[in-house]
Amino acid sequence: MTEEIIIAGFGGQGVLSMGKILAYSGIMQGQEVSWMPSYGPEMRGGTANVAVILSDDRINSPILHEFDTAIILNQQSMDKFESTVKPGGLLLYDPNGIIHPPTRKDINIAIIEGAKEASEMNNRKVFNMIVMGAYLKLHPIVKMENIHKGLEKSLPSRHHSMIPENEEAIQVGMNKVQWQLNLN
Amino acid sequence: MEELKLMKGNEALAEAAIRAGADAYFGYPITPQSEVIEYLMVQRPEKRTGMVVLQAESEVAAINMVYGAAGAGKKVMTSSSSPGISLKLEGISYIAGAELPCLIVNVMRGGPGLGTIQPSQADYFQAVKGGGHGDYRLIVLAPSTVQEMADFVDRGFELAFKYRTPVMILADGAIGQMMEKVYLPDPKPRLTDEEVIEKHGSWATTGRSGRKQNIITSLNLKSEVQEHHNQDLQAKYKEIEAHETDHEEIQCEDAEYLMVAFGTSARICQKVIQLGREKGLKLGLIRPITLWPYPTKAIEKYAGKVKGFMSVEMNAGQMVEDVRLAVNGKSPVVHFGRMGGMIATPGEVLNAVENHLKTL
Repeated sequence: MTEEIIIAGFGGQGVLSMGKILAYSGIMQGQEVSWMPSYGPEMRGGTANVAVILSDDRINSPILHEFDTAIILNQQSMDKFESTVKPGGLLLYDPNGIIHPPTRKDINIAIIEGAKEASEMNNRKVFNMIVMGAYLKLHPIVKMENIHKGLEKSLPSRHHSMIPENEEAIQVGMNKVQWQLNLN
Repeated sequence: MEELKLMKGNEALAEAAIRAGADAYFGYPITPQSEVIEYLMVQRPEKRTGMVVLQAESEVAAINMVYGAAGAGKKVMTSSSSPGISLKLEGISYIAGAELPCLIVNVMRGGPGLGTIQPSQADYFQAVKGGGHGDYRLIVLAPSTVQEMADFVDRGFELAFKYRTPVMILADGAIGQMMEKVYLPDPKPRLTDEEVIEKHGSWATTGRSGRKQNIITSLNLKSEVQEHHNQDLQAKYKEIEAHETDHEEIQCEDAEYLMVAFGTSARICQKVIQLGREKGLKLGLIRPITLWPYPTKAIEKYAGKVKGFMSVEMNAGQMVEDVRLAVNGKSPVVHFGRMGGMIATPGEVLNAVENHLKTL
């Protein structure tokens, strides 16, 4: 099994840390992983993205031109990455701020209202975990126990008290994700 | 016991330096390698092993601190990115001339000038063909995984002391910034002056009496003496070429077309092999691990036997000159690359390979 994922949004949405938690969870599951961030000027107050690969085999290129899954959190990233999803692949997005929803017919498109759910939980910081939960519901590539271990590994120990609320957010994402209705 | 971690290339390199028993690191921050000094500062290696970590006032100061520490027989390293390495070149030439061991790390970014902060391989010429003035060589190691970022630190120090010559790790922003699984090596203790002398001979300025004076210099006012010194250096470089050349061959056995690439480009080419073979194209890759000495013989072996070669680099075509020298006209050789911080995707490279194959 190999899963190639692009996660893209604004800096500050937790894009890079979501990728890191997925990567750590993959390691806990005994997989090979790579985490390749955009680190350029766009990170300094603009869009941020990270390509994460989880695989049972040795990973060749950390740099990719097409992905099994794209997790899209703003319009700029939609414009850039909608076309990079492999036919039959998954595009998961938060409609908050999306003016032009995805239109491809050869991929599976799902929606998670992460920003809305996070504000209903009164906890904007768990936004990325809601989105990650939605993704894991559709592609259960790592077991929940390994996600737990991944959270423990990637969060500094002084933040371990926040793990339960993050896991709660993952659960919310799993419950609230839905397929995009065919607009035609 | 080896320890498994998820780390950025820059962090793995920094941790490996502490574990290699380095005595000192002198550097000045620059993207995309600032995590090296940040990691070292957070780790407080002065408490862990006694290693000195110092942010110098400039790159020029840092390389001259390296010169001084290396002259005292210490295991010392510095790191920077392209524009910073340009600043260090005078010092690097002096260190090579004075025959001192040290480790220099270049996490390349796009140039020329201040350029961009994105990954590049445009300092190949600078690293392998000189850069600084005079007839000198650097042993140049090209990591293509986070694991190699860690492993090449100790390997670099060992080579530097074995041949008393500066060694460079030539990485790029992608390997510096990406995270992968890494098995950290077991820590080695730092060596005492006595152990350095026992292991590597007495050439350093260790401040002791009862022996002939050791002089560290790159200056000879008599040209006869300087020529003799150059002959010694060249003999040493021949020795290094004979014993330290290293490369990896990936799916070359049945390949009809070969790519040559190092570092991040070599990772991309491995995906190109996979995509190409799914379409029935028998592709292979020669990955130089030492860029100097260059694995000329490994490439020569396939010259005239495959349909063609492509040197895939993140630059305008630098290593391709060494591929052409090795192939020596026996097969067509082309270059494919992106510049200025852009990284070619596997799809782009495959497309270029297919276009070249159509002309053959």
